[in-house]
Amino acid sequence: MAAPETSTCGAGPALLFPSSSSSSSSARVEAVVVFTICDSFVRRPDQAERVIGTLLGSVLPDGTVHVRNAYVVPHSESADQVALDIEYHHNMYASHQKVNPKEVLVGWFSTGFGVSGGSTLIHEFYSREVQSPIHLTVDTGFTMGEASIKAYVSSNLSLGDRHLAAQFQEIPLDLKMLDAEKVGFEMLKSTMVEKLPNDLEGMESSMQNLYALIDEIYKYVDDVVEARVAPDNKIGRFIADTVSSMPKLSPASFDRLFNDKIQVTTCSCADKWLSWFLPRLTIGHISLLLQDNLALVYLSSITRTQIAVAEKLNTAAQVL
Amino acid sequence: MSTVTEEAAVQLRVVQMEGLAVLKIIKHCEEFAPALVTGQLLGLDVGSVLEVTNCFPFPIREDDEEADADGANYQLEMMRCLREVNVDNNTVGWYQSCLLGSFQTVELIETFMNYQENIRRCVCIVYDPSRSSQGVLALKALKLTDSFMDLYRNNGLTGEKLREKKLSWVDIFEEIPIKVSNSALVSAFMKELEAESPVSQCDFDRLKLSTAPFMERNLEFMIGCMDGLSSEQNKFQYYYRNLGRQQSQQQAWLQKRRQENMSRKAAGEEPLPEEDPSNPIFKPLPEPSRLEGYLVTNQISSYCNHINGVAGQSFNRLYLMKALQED
Repeated sequence: MAAPETSTCGAGPALLFPSSSSSSSSARVEAVVVFTICDSFVRRPDQAERVIGTLLGSVLPDGTVHVRNAYVVPHSESADQVALDIEYHHNMYASHQKVNPKEVLVGWFSTGFGVSGGSTLIHEFYSREVQSPIHLTVDTGFTMGEASIKAYVSSNLSLGDRHLAAQFQEIPLDLKMLDAEKVGFEMLKSTMVEKLPNDLEGMESSMQNLYALIDEIYKYVDDVVEARVAPDNKIGRFIADTVSSMPKLSPASFDRLFNDKIQVTTCSCADKWLSWFLPRLTIGHISLLLQDNLALVYLSSITRTQIAVAEKLNTAAQVL
Repeated sequence: MSTVTEEAAVQLRVVQMEGLAVLKIIKHCEEFAPALVTGQLLGLDVGSVLEVTNCFPFPIREDDEEADADGANYQLEMMRCLREVNVDNNTVGWYQSCLLGSFQTVELIETFMNYQENIRRCVCIVYDPSRSSQGVLALKALKLTDSFMDLYRNNGLTGEKLREKKLSWVDIFEEIPIKVSNSALVSAFMKELEAESPVSQCDFDRLKLSTAPFMERNLEFMIGCMDGLSSEQNKFQYYYRNLGRQQSQQQAWLQKRRQENMSRKAAGEEPLPEEDPSNPIFKPLPEPSRLEGYLVTNQISSYCNHINGVAGQSFNRLYLMKALQED
């Protein structure tokens, strides 16, 4: 960052330099935060046009800010002034700290597009609480015809000792979800899901996805062979690699494998995410093969029968 | 009020959760796994649907005197703050995380009874973070059945009363289906923000072939529970044996008394009473409660279900592999 330089006179072109500040390079937002913000927007009081709140999270060592939680803070806004309920903010912060002391203040959010004049004041307030806070805008009005979530850091523009303006610079933003959340992700996209999928239904849908992928690749290869689509060498090589990574076993040895207990490396499906799958999956093991599984199912059925019988015996015992 | 009595008669059919509440519960439980955490559910009770619109986590409490007051203060504070921002601050239950499905404990029942005194209808949402590695969203809504609650309140968990009401271990907990709903705004956001991809991480998890660690842990827990079950059964056997012994003692004593009486009658004296409440062999033995046994049985059955589910998935995967190998 350039060191601030002072210009000596007021007349003539002034040089503006941003003052050095340790600003974060990018931000990561968890899905929970987006949900919280949208929910609080839906519940806002009638006269408010936008909602404002605090962001909690942590700062990773490489400077990325990880936003993990958020809560809305009541505020009132008019043409020329903004009032924020500071005590409420402190109370909620203390309560959240009790649950998770690792989540600290990292910035604030507001709904609506772009940064407005009142935001500077609020940003100043938050800068007093934490160094270089992040400002997140969530465009709930879809003004650009699409959903946009932007993150900004502000740097102060000063001329000598005079503070002129705050410049909000946009930083790259990444939406993140916990692995467990991804399981239910389909549910979160629609407005109503009738029931949660259980194991076998999930399995079925995964199989269908796999099938669809293989179909797509098949179609692509067909198209290339019939010269309907220009061949792309990279994709071709990718597919060849994947298919050859499947271990070729003779049918006899595979049967033995299938029915016995030997560990073997196996393969995965082919699709455009393969580069991410491949390193992880090719080192999978078949640890529980067919017979082991059958044995387990047998055991669990026996256990269930045993419980039923035991219970009958216990309650049916009469005292004579 | 007539509306109150009407509502009381309507059965709880489904629990409707907002996506926000689901995400918050998952986040809280996953963050602190493997420690077990709890939190409060907030929402509305509408007819046969219990809506859960928001939730907040409880801090992990150490066991000391001040913690209780602190906990209550924290709860009040959170409810008050949430009220200011128009969140429904109506408690409808609580959520907790569990380890591999082993949530049926006496504490759960006690917490239920506590909540039931203040709130007419409450549910407990149980989330199992260890099952997410299998690609399953393990979220369950539980309620105690009314008949069980009556029995528990009246301390009637003995064999006789249970047989009367035909209550078995299946009838303790009642699982209620969960529906997930989202506001239009948030679903629009999610659709835009996360690109539609043909496969996702969870498909990958489901198609993974190695299930050994999960199965092993399940079996371990199940074996532990079997031990518990057999010790419960031993307790009962002990009780019955003692009861039998006591009865034979009573009979013997009664015989002796009768003989004595006959000899006394022959000698022209007053017959002694045939009962002697001060004699220790007439003291009724307390029958041990069957609650533990039932809870353990519940746990075992849920482990069995898990194992069956995972084995079923493995079969699918193995046959898939076989098909791949054939060409």
